[in-house]
Amino acid sequence: MQFRAYLITFSLICALVLQIMPMPASVDLYRPEWVLLVLSYWTLALPHRVNIGVAFINGLVLDILLGSSLGVHSFAMCVSIYVLAANYQRLRNYSVWQQAIVIGVTSAFYNLIVFWLQHLLTDVYFLFTYMWPVVSSMVIWPWLFWLLRKLRRQMRLS
Amino acid sequence: MNPIFSTGPSLLNRLALGLILSVSLIIFDHKFNGFGTTRVYLNSLVSPLQYLANLPGELINASLTRLSSHEQLLDENAQLTLQATLMSQELQRMAFLKEENIRLRRLLNSPSKQNTRKEVAELMAVDNNPYSHQIVINKGALNGVYEGQAVLDEKGVVGQIMQVSSTNSRVLLIADITHAIPVRVARNNLRLVVSGSGSLDELHIQHVSHSADLQVGDLLLSSGLGRVFPEGYPVAEITSIVRDETRPFAIVRAKPVAQLDRLKYLLLLWPEEPNSNAQPSSEEDQP
Repeated sequence: MQFRAYLITFSLICALVLQIMPMPASVDLYRPEWVLLVLSYWTLALPHRVNIGVAFINGLVLDILLGSSLGVHSFAMCVSIYVLAANYQRLRNYSVWQQAIVIGVTSAFYNLIVFWLQHLLTDVYFLFTYMWPVVSSMVIWPWLFWLLRKLRRQMRLS
Repeated sequence: MNPIFSTGPSLLNRLALGLILSVSLIIFDHKFNGFGTTRVYLNSLVSPLQYLANLPGELINASLTRLSSHEQLLDENAQLTLQATLMSQELQRMAFLKEENIRLRRLLNSPSKQNTRKEVAELMAVDNNPYSHQIVINKGALNGVYEGQAVLDEKGVVGQIMQVSSTNSRVLLIADITHAIPVRVARNNLRLVVSGSGSLDELHIQHVSHSADLQVGDLLLSSGLGRVFPEGYPVAEITSIVRDETRPFAIVRAKPVAQLDRLKYLLLLWPEEPNSNAQPSSEEDQP
Protein backbone atom coordinates (compact mmCIF):
# COMPACT_ATOMS: atom_id res chain seq x y z
CA MET A 1 0.00 0.00 0.00
CA GLN A 2 1.26 3.40 -0.97
CA PHE A 3 0.03 5.20 2.12
CA ARG A 4 2.29 3.11 4.32
CA ALA A 5 5.42 4.71 2.99
CA TYR A 6 4.13 8.21 3.73
CA LEU A 7 2.62 7.70 7.17
CA ILE A 8 5.49 9.38 8.98
CA THR A 9 5.58 12.31 6.55
CA PHE A 10 1.81 12.63 6.70
CA SER A 11 1.72 12.66 10.50
CA LEU A 12 4.48 15.28 10.60
CA ILE A 13 2.63 17.49 8.12
CA CYS A 14 -0.49 17.17 10.26
CA ALA A 15 1.55 18.19 13.30
CA LEU A 16 2.95 21.24 11.48
CA VAL A 17 -0.54 22.29 10.40
CA LEU A 18 -1.88 21.86 13.94
CA GLN A 19 1.05 23.86 15.23
CA ILE A 20 0.28 26.92 13.12
CA MET A 21 -3.52 26.65 12.97
CA PRO A 22 -5.09 29.97 14.03
CA MET A 23 -6.89 29.65 17.36
CA PRO A 24 -8.64 32.06 19.70
CA ALA A 25 -6.11 33.77 21.94
CA SER A 26 -7.48 32.10 25.08
CA VAL A 27 -6.93 28.58 23.69
CA ASP A 28 -3.72 29.51 21.96
CA LEU A 29 -1.81 29.67 25.24
CA TYR A 30 -2.38 25.97 25.87
CA ARG A 31 -1.48 24.71 22.41
CA PRO A 32 0.62 21.55 22.80
CA GLU A 33 3.94 21.25 20.99
CA TRP A 34 2.48 19.08 18.25
CA VAL A 35 5.61 18.79 16.13
CA LEU A 36 7.76 17.85 19.10
CA LEU A 37 5.21 15.27 20.27
CA VAL A 38 4.87 13.52 16.91
CA LEU A 39 8.64 13.59 16.37
CA SER A 40 9.13 12.16 19.87
CA TYR A 41 6.78 9.30 19.14
CA TRP A 42 8.56 8.34 15.93
CA THR A 43 11.95 8.72 17.57
CA LEU A 44 10.97 6.34 20.34
CA ALA A 45 9.21 3.88 18.02
CA LEU A 46 11.47 3.88 14.96
CA PRO A 47 14.76 5.52 15.96
CA HIS A 48 16.53 4.24 12.87
CA ARG A 49 14.11 6.10 10.60
CA VAL A 50 13.36 9.29 12.50
CA ASN A 51 16.03 11.01 14.48
CA ILE A 52 18.04 14.20 14.48
CA GLY A 53 18.04 14.75 10.70
CA VAL A 54 14.24 14.75 10.47
CA ALA A 55 14.05 16.86 13.63
CA PHE A 56 16.40 19.42 12.08
CA ILE A 57 14.30 19.69 8.91
CA ASN A 58 11.07 20.03 10.88
CA GLY A 59 12.62 22.66 13.12
CA LEU A 60 13.66 24.62 10.04
CA VAL A 61 10.16 24.45 8.53
CA LEU A 62 8.80 25.60 11.89
CA ASP A 63 11.24 28.54 11.81
CA ILE A 64 9.98 29.59 8.39
CA LEU A 65 6.35 29.14 9.39
CA LEU A 66 6.68 31.04 12.66
CA GLY A 67 8.87 33.76 11.22
CA SER A 68 11.64 33.40 13.78
CA SER A 69 15.31 33.58 12.86
CA LEU A 70 16.25 30.50 10.84
CA GLY A 71 17.86 27.93 13.08
CA VAL A 72 16.23 28.73 16.43
CA HIS A 73 13.63 25.97 16.43
CA SER A 74 15.88 23.54 14.57
CA PHE A 75 18.53 23.95 17.28
CA ALA A 76 16.06 23.29 20.08
CA MET A 77 14.45 20.41 18.20
CA CYS A 78 17.83 18.74 17.54
CA VAL A 79 18.82 18.88 21.21
CA SER A 80 15.48 17.60 22.54
CA ILE A 81 15.23 14.77 20.02
CA TYR A 82 18.84 13.84 20.77
CA VAL A 83 17.94 13.30 24.43
CA LEU A 84 15.09 10.98 23.42
CA ALA A 85 17.01 9.16 20.69
CA ALA A 86 19.93 8.47 23.00
CA ASN A 87 17.66 6.89 25.62
CA TYR A 88 14.97 5.28 23.48
CA GLN A 89 15.56 1.75 24.75
CA ARG A 90 14.98 2.80 28.34
CA LEU A 91 12.05 5.10 27.56
CA ARG A 92 10.22 2.42 25.58
CA ASN A 93 9.93 0.28 28.69
CA TYR A 94 8.30 3.00 30.73
CA SER A 95 4.55 3.11 31.15
CA VAL A 96 2.70 5.74 29.14
CA TRP A 97 2.30 7.95 32.20
CA GLN A 98 5.99 7.89 32.98
CA GLN A 99 6.66 8.66 29.34
CA ALA A 100 4.28 11.59 29.59
CA ILE A 101 6.39 13.05 32.39
CA VAL A 102 9.58 12.55 30.38
CA ILE A 103 7.90 14.21 27.40
CA GLY A 104 6.86 17.07 29.66
CA VAL A 105 10.44 17.59 30.82
CA THR A 106 11.69 17.41 27.22
CA SER A 107 9.11 19.90 26.09
CA ALA A 108 10.04 22.26 28.94
CA PHE A 109 13.67 21.92 27.88
CA TYR A 110 12.68 22.64 24.27
CA ASN A 111 10.68 25.72 25.27
CA LEU A 112 13.52 27.01 27.41
CA ILE A 113 16.09 26.59 24.63
CA VAL A 114 13.84 28.47 22.21
CA PHE A 115 13.37 31.17 24.84
CA TRP A 116 17.11 31.45 25.55
CA LEU A 117 17.98 31.71 21.88
CA GLN A 118 15.27 34.32 21.33
CA HIS A 119 16.50 36.15 24.40
CA LEU A 120 20.01 36.23 22.97
CA LEU A 121 18.74 37.58 19.64
CA THR A 122 16.01 39.95 20.83
CA ASP A 123 15.30 41.06 24.36
CA VAL A 124 12.20 39.04 25.13
CA TYR A 125 11.08 38.68 28.73
CA PHE A 126 10.06 35.42 30.28
CA LEU A 127 6.40 35.08 31.17
CA PHE A 128 5.16 32.04 32.99
CA THR A 129 2.39 31.58 30.43
CA TYR A 130 5.07 30.45 27.94
CA MET A 131 5.25 27.21 29.90
CA TRP A 132 1.60 26.18 29.50
CA PRO A 133 2.38 24.07 26.40
CA VAL A 134 4.44 21.81 28.67
CA VAL A 135 1.36 20.86 30.67
CA SER A 136 -0.86 20.43 27.62
CA SER A 137 1.81 18.35 25.88
CA MET A 138 1.93 16.04 28.88
CA VAL A 139 -1.84 15.68 28.88
CA ILE A 140 -2.05 15.01 25.16
CA TRP A 141 0.85 12.51 25.03
CA PRO A 142 -1.01 9.31 26.11
CA TRP A 143 -3.76 9.88 23.55
CA LEU A 144 -1.33 10.70 20.76
CA PHE A 145 0.81 7.71 21.72
CA TRP A 146 -2.21 5.43 21.54
CA LEU A 147 -3.35 6.85 18.18
CA LEU A 148 0.04 6.73 16.49
CA ARG A 149 0.80 3.25 17.82
CA LYS A 150 -2.52 2.00 16.48
CA LEU A 151 -1.75 3.55 13.09
CA ARG A 152 1.76 2.14 13.08
CA ARG A 153 0.59 -1.36 13.93
CA GLN A 154 -2.18 -1.28 11.37
CA MET A 155 0.26 -0.21 8.70
CA ARG A 156 2.88 -2.65 10.02
CA LEU A 157 5.51 0.04 9.87
CA SER A 158 8.94 -0.76 11.18
CA MET B 1 13.38 -5.94 10.65
CA ASN B 2 14.67 -3.86 13.46
CA PRO B 3 18.36 -3.37 12.85
CA ILE B 4 20.41 -4.05 15.92
CA PHE B 5 23.39 -2.16 14.64
CA SER B 6 22.64 1.34 13.51
CA THR B 7 24.08 2.56 10.26
CA GLY B 8 25.35 5.96 9.24
CA PRO B 9 27.03 8.54 11.47
CA SER B 10 26.62 8.16 15.22
CA LEU B 11 23.96 10.05 17.10
CA LEU B 12 26.45 12.46 18.63
CA ASN B 13 27.91 13.29 15.24
CA ARG B 14 24.44 13.93 13.89
CA LEU B 15 23.69 16.18 16.85
CA ALA B 16 26.94 18.09 16.34
CA LEU B 17 26.16 18.53 12.63
CA GLY B 18 22.60 19.71 13.37
CA LEU B 19 23.74 22.16 16.02
CA ILE B 20 26.56 23.59 13.92
CA LEU B 21 24.17 24.04 10.99
CA SER B 22 21.57 25.68 13.25
CA VAL B 23 24.03 28.06 14.85
CA SER B 24 25.51 29.09 11.51
CA LEU B 25 21.99 29.63 10.17
CA ILE B 26 21.11 31.78 13.18
CA ILE B 27 24.25 33.86 12.80
CA PHE B 28 23.87 34.17 9.04
CA ASP B 29 20.18 35.04 9.28
CA HIS B 30 20.16 37.29 12.31
CA LYS B 31 23.51 39.07 12.31
CA PHE B 32 24.05 39.46 8.59
CA ASN B 33 20.44 39.29 7.48
CA GLY B 34 21.63 36.95 4.76
CA PHE B 35 18.32 35.47 3.67
CA GLY B 36 16.66 38.60 2.29
CA THR B 37 15.48 37.15 -1.01
CA THR B 38 15.77 33.46 -0.13
CA ARG B 39 13.15 33.94 2.55
CA VAL B 40 10.63 35.00 -0.07
CA TYR B 41 11.06 31.65 -1.79
CA LEU B 42 11.10 29.74 1.49
CA ASN B 43 7.89 31.46 2.56
CA SER B 44 6.25 30.69 -0.76
CA LEU B 45 7.37 27.09 -0.38
CA VAL B 46 5.61 26.61 2.95
CA SER B 47 2.53 28.70 2.15
CA PRO B 48 0.50 25.56 1.19
CA LEU B 49 0.82 24.53 4.84
CA GLN B 50 -0.49 27.92 5.90
CA TYR B 51 -3.47 27.66 3.57
CA LEU B 52 -4.11 24.16 4.90
CA ALA B 53 -3.97 25.39 8.49
CA ASN B 54 -6.35 28.18 7.64
CA LEU B 55 -8.91 25.89 6.03
CA PRO B 56 -10.89 24.82 9.13
CA GLY B 57 -11.32 28.42 10.22
CA GLU B 58 -12.48 29.39 6.73
CA LEU B 59 -14.97 26.51 6.70
CA ILE B 60 -16.38 27.51 10.08
CA ASN B 61 -16.68 31.10 8.90
CA ALA B 62 -18.37 30.04 5.68
CA SER B 63 -20.89 27.85 7.49
CA LEU B 64 -21.52 30.61 10.02
CA THR B 65 -22.36 33.07 7.24
CA ARG B 66 -24.73 30.50 5.76
CA LEU B 67 -26.40 29.92 9.08
CA SER B 68 -26.70 33.55 10.13
CA SER B 69 -30.34 34.39 10.58
CA HIS B 70 -32.43 36.78 8.55
CA GLU B 71 -32.95 39.00 11.56
CA GLN B 72 -29.26 39.20 12.25
CA LEU B 73 -28.57 40.24 8.68
CA LEU B 74 -31.27 42.91 8.80
CA ASP B 75 -29.78 44.27 12.00
CA GLU B 76 -26.34 44.37 10.51
CA ASN B 77 -27.64 45.99 7.36
CA ALA B 78 -29.38 48.73 9.33
CA GLN B 79 -26.23 49.36 11.33
CA LEU B 80 -24.07 49.54 8.24
CA THR B 81 -26.49 51.88 6.47
CA LEU B 82 -26.38 54.19 9.46
CA GLN B 83 -22.60 54.06 9.45
CA ALA B 84 -22.44 54.72 5.71
CA THR B 85 -24.71 57.75 6.08
CA LEU B 86 -22.55 59.18 8.83
CA MET B 87 -19.41 58.45 6.83
CA SER B 88 -20.69 60.10 3.67
CA GLN B 89 -21.56 63.20 5.65
CA GLU B 90 -17.99 63.22 6.99
CA LEU B 91 -16.75 62.67 3.46
CA GLN B 92 -18.53 65.77 2.21
CA ARG B 93 -16.81 67.82 4.88
CA MET B 94 -13.58 66.03 4.04
CA ALA B 95 -13.64 67.11 0.37
CA PHE B 96 -14.11 70.70 1.45
CA LEU B 97 -11.40 70.51 4.11
CA LYS B 98 -9.00 68.88 1.70
CA GLU B 99 -9.43 71.72 -0.78
CA GLU B 100 -8.96 74.23 1.97
CA ASN B 101 -5.90 72.41 3.27
CA ILE B 102 -4.29 72.41 -0.15
CA ARG B 103 -4.99 76.10 -0.53
CA LEU B 104 -3.56 76.91 2.91
CA ARG B 105 -0.50 74.78 2.21
CA ARG B 106 0.02 76.70 -0.98
CA LEU B 107 -0.16 79.93 0.97
CA LEU B 108 2.56 78.60 3.23
CA ASN B 109 4.60 77.47 0.24
CA SER B 110 4.75 73.93 1.55
CA PRO B 111 4.25 70.86 -0.63
CA SER B 112 0.67 69.62 -0.81
CA LYS B 113 -0.20 66.07 0.06
CA GLN B 114 -1.35 63.70 -2.64
CA ASN B 115 -3.73 60.82 -2.21
CA THR B 116 -2.01 57.57 -1.42
CA ARG B 117 -2.82 54.24 -3.00
CA LYS B 118 -4.62 51.89 -0.63
CA GLU B 119 -5.60 48.27 -0.75
CA VAL B 120 -7.58 46.10 1.64
CA ALA B 121 -5.98 42.88 2.83
CA GLU B 122 -7.43 40.11 4.90
CA LEU B 123 -5.92 38.36 7.89
CA MET B 124 -4.76 34.85 7.05
CA ALA B 125 -3.03 33.55 10.12
CA VAL B 126 -1.82 34.67 13.51
CA ASP B 127 1.47 33.31 14.72
CA ASN B 128 1.36 31.41 17.94
CA ASN B 129 5.00 32.11 18.60
CA PRO B 130 4.80 33.68 22.07
CA TYR B 131 8.04 35.61 21.68
CA SER B 132 6.98 37.73 18.77
CA HIS B 133 3.75 39.21 17.51
CA GLN B 134 3.31 38.67 13.82
CA ILE B 135 0.38 38.05 11.54
CA VAL B 136 0.11 36.83 7.97
CA ILE B 137 -2.05 38.67 5.42
CA ASN B 138 -3.29 37.53 2.03
CA LYS B 139 -1.48 40.08 -0.15
CA GLY B 140 2.05 39.54 -1.35
CA ALA B 141 4.72 40.60 -3.78
CA LEU B 142 2.34 39.99 -6.70
CA ASN B 143 0.09 42.76 -5.33
CA GLY B 144 3.03 45.12 -4.99
CA VAL B 145 3.54 44.72 -1.27
CA TYR B 146 7.08 45.57 -0.20
CA GLU B 147 9.13 45.18 2.95
CA GLY B 148 8.68 47.99 5.47
CA GLN B 149 5.24 48.97 4.19
CA ALA B 150 2.80 50.46 6.71
CA VAL B 151 -0.28 48.42 7.66
CA LEU B 152 -3.36 49.97 9.27
CA ASP B 153 -6.79 48.87 10.34
CA GLU B 154 -9.95 50.96 10.57
CA LYS B 155 -8.90 52.42 13.92
CA GLY B 156 -5.17 53.00 13.66
CA VAL B 157 -1.68 51.77 12.91
CA VAL B 158 -1.20 47.99 13.15
CA GLY B 159 2.38 47.40 12.09
CA GLN B 160 4.67 47.06 9.13
CA ILE B 161 5.43 44.40 6.55
CA MET B 162 8.33 42.28 7.67
CA GLN B 163 8.63 39.53 5.07
CA VAL B 164 7.03 39.26 1.67
CA SER B 165 6.28 36.09 -0.22
CA SER B 166 4.55 35.87 -3.57
CA THR B 167 0.92 35.66 -2.42
CA ASN B 168 1.03 36.50 1.26
CA SER B 169 3.18 38.49 3.60
CA ARG B 170 4.06 38.74 7.24
CA VAL B 171 3.27 41.79 9.35
CA LEU B 172 5.21 42.76 12.46
CA LEU B 173 2.75 44.28 14.93
CA ILE B 174 3.55 47.48 16.81
CA ALA B 175 3.25 45.49 20.07
CA ASP B 176 6.22 43.29 19.17
CA ILE B 177 9.19 43.79 21.42
CA THR B 178 11.50 44.56 18.51
CA HIS B 179 9.24 47.23 17.03
CA ALA B 180 9.30 50.97 17.62
CA ILE B 181 7.41 53.77 15.92
CA PRO B 182 8.00 57.53 16.02
CA VAL B 183 4.92 59.43 17.18
CA ARG B 184 3.82 62.85 18.29
CA VAL B 185 1.24 63.81 20.87
CA ALA B 186 -1.88 65.11 19.14
CA ARG B 187 -2.40 67.81 21.80
CA ASN B 188 1.00 69.51 21.75
CA ASN B 189 3.13 67.88 19.01
CA LEU B 190 5.64 66.50 21.51
CA ARG B 191 7.78 63.92 19.72
CA LEU B 192 8.15 60.47 21.26
CA VAL B 193 9.10 56.94 20.33
CA VAL B 194 6.64 54.17 21.16
CA SER B 195 8.06 50.67 21.39
CA GLY B 196 6.33 47.35 21.77
CA SER B 197 6.20 45.53 25.08
CA GLY B 198 5.62 41.95 23.93
CA SER B 199 2.05 42.00 25.17
CA LEU B 200 -0.71 42.88 22.72
CA ASP B 201 -2.50 45.56 24.72
CA GLU B 202 0.45 47.52 26.04
CA LEU B 203 3.10 49.75 24.53
CA HIS B 204 6.02 51.41 26.27
CA ILE B 205 7.23 54.95 25.75
CA GLN B 206 10.85 55.25 26.61
CA HIS B 207 13.12 58.14 27.51
CA VAL B 208 10.42 60.56 28.61
CA SER B 209 11.70 63.23 30.97
CA HIS B 210 9.76 63.83 34.18
CA SER B 211 8.79 67.31 33.11
CA ALA B 212 7.36 66.27 29.73
CA ASP B 213 3.86 67.60 29.17
CA LEU B 214 1.97 64.33 28.95
CA GLN B 215 -1.41 63.36 30.36
CA VAL B 216 -3.26 60.11 30.67
CA GLY B 217 -5.60 59.84 27.68
CA ASP B 218 -3.36 61.75 25.26
CA LEU B 219 -3.66 60.45 21.72
CA LEU B 220 -0.40 59.64 19.95
CA LEU B 221 -0.29 60.06 16.15
CA SER B 222 2.36 58.70 13.84
CA SER B 223 4.81 61.48 13.08
CA GLY B 224 6.12 60.20 9.78
CA LEU B 225 9.69 60.86 10.88
CA GLY B 226 10.92 57.30 10.43
CA ARG B 227 9.84 57.41 6.78
CA VAL B 228 8.07 54.09 7.26
CA PHE B 229 4.68 55.15 8.53
CA PRO B 230 2.70 57.95 6.92
CA GLU B 231 2.03 60.97 9.08
CA GLY B 232 -1.04 61.55 11.19
CA TYR B 233 -2.54 58.12 11.84
CA PRO B 234 -3.54 57.27 15.41
CA VAL B 235 -1.18 54.82 17.10
CA ALA B 236 -1.87 54.66 20.83
CA GLU B 237 -3.45 56.29 23.82
CA ILE B 238 -1.54 56.92 27.04
CA THR B 239 -2.90 54.82 29.89
CA SER B 240 -0.52 55.44 32.77
CA ILE B 241 2.32 57.76 33.71
CA VAL B 242 4.52 57.05 36.71
CA ARG B 243 6.76 59.99 37.60
CA ASP B 244 9.14 58.35 40.02
CA GLU B 245 11.93 60.89 40.58
CA THR B 246 14.40 58.21 41.67
CA ARG B 247 14.42 56.85 38.14
CA PRO B 248 16.08 58.68 35.26
CA PHE B 249 12.93 58.72 33.14
CA ALA B 250 9.20 58.62 33.69
CA ILE B 251 7.51 55.28 33.05
CA VAL B 252 4.81 55.82 30.46
CA ARG B 253 2.50 53.09 29.21
CA ALA B 254 0.08 53.30 26.33
CA LYS B 255 -2.60 51.17 24.74
CA PRO B 256 -2.68 50.63 20.97
CA VAL B 257 -5.66 52.27 19.26
CA ALA B 258 -5.96 49.40 16.77
CA GLN B 259 -7.41 46.26 18.32
CA LEU B 260 -4.45 44.04 17.68
CA ASP B 261 -6.14 40.90 18.98
CA ARG B 262 -9.23 41.39 16.81
CA LEU B 263 -7.81 42.10 13.39
CA LYS B 264 -9.75 40.99 10.35
CA TYR B 265 -9.46 43.51 7.51
CA LEU B 266 -6.32 45.52 7.12
CA LEU B 267 -5.34 48.45 4.98
CA LEU B 268 -2.07 48.61 3.06
CA LEU B 269 -0.72 52.03 2.11
CA TRP B 270 1.58 52.95 -0.72
CA PRO B 271 3.06 56.34 0.08
CA GLU B 272 3.70 58.72 -2.79
CA GLU B 273 7.23 59.03 -4.08
CA PRO B 274 9.17 61.61 -2.10
CA ASN B 275 10.11 63.59 -5.20
CA SER B 276 6.62 63.58 -6.76
CA ASN B 277 5.01 65.56 -3.95
CA ALA B 278 7.95 67.81 -3.31
CA GLN B 279 7.04 70.25 -6.06
CA PRO B 280 6.89 73.70 -4.50
CA SER B 281 3.84 75.59 -5.64
CA SER B 282 4.57 78.10 -8.36
CA GLU B 283 4.00 81.81 -8.07
CA GLU B 284 0.97 82.07 -10.36
CA ASP B 285 -0.93 79.48 -8.29
CA GLN B 286 -1.04 81.74 -5.32
CA PRO B 287 -4.16 83.78 -4.91
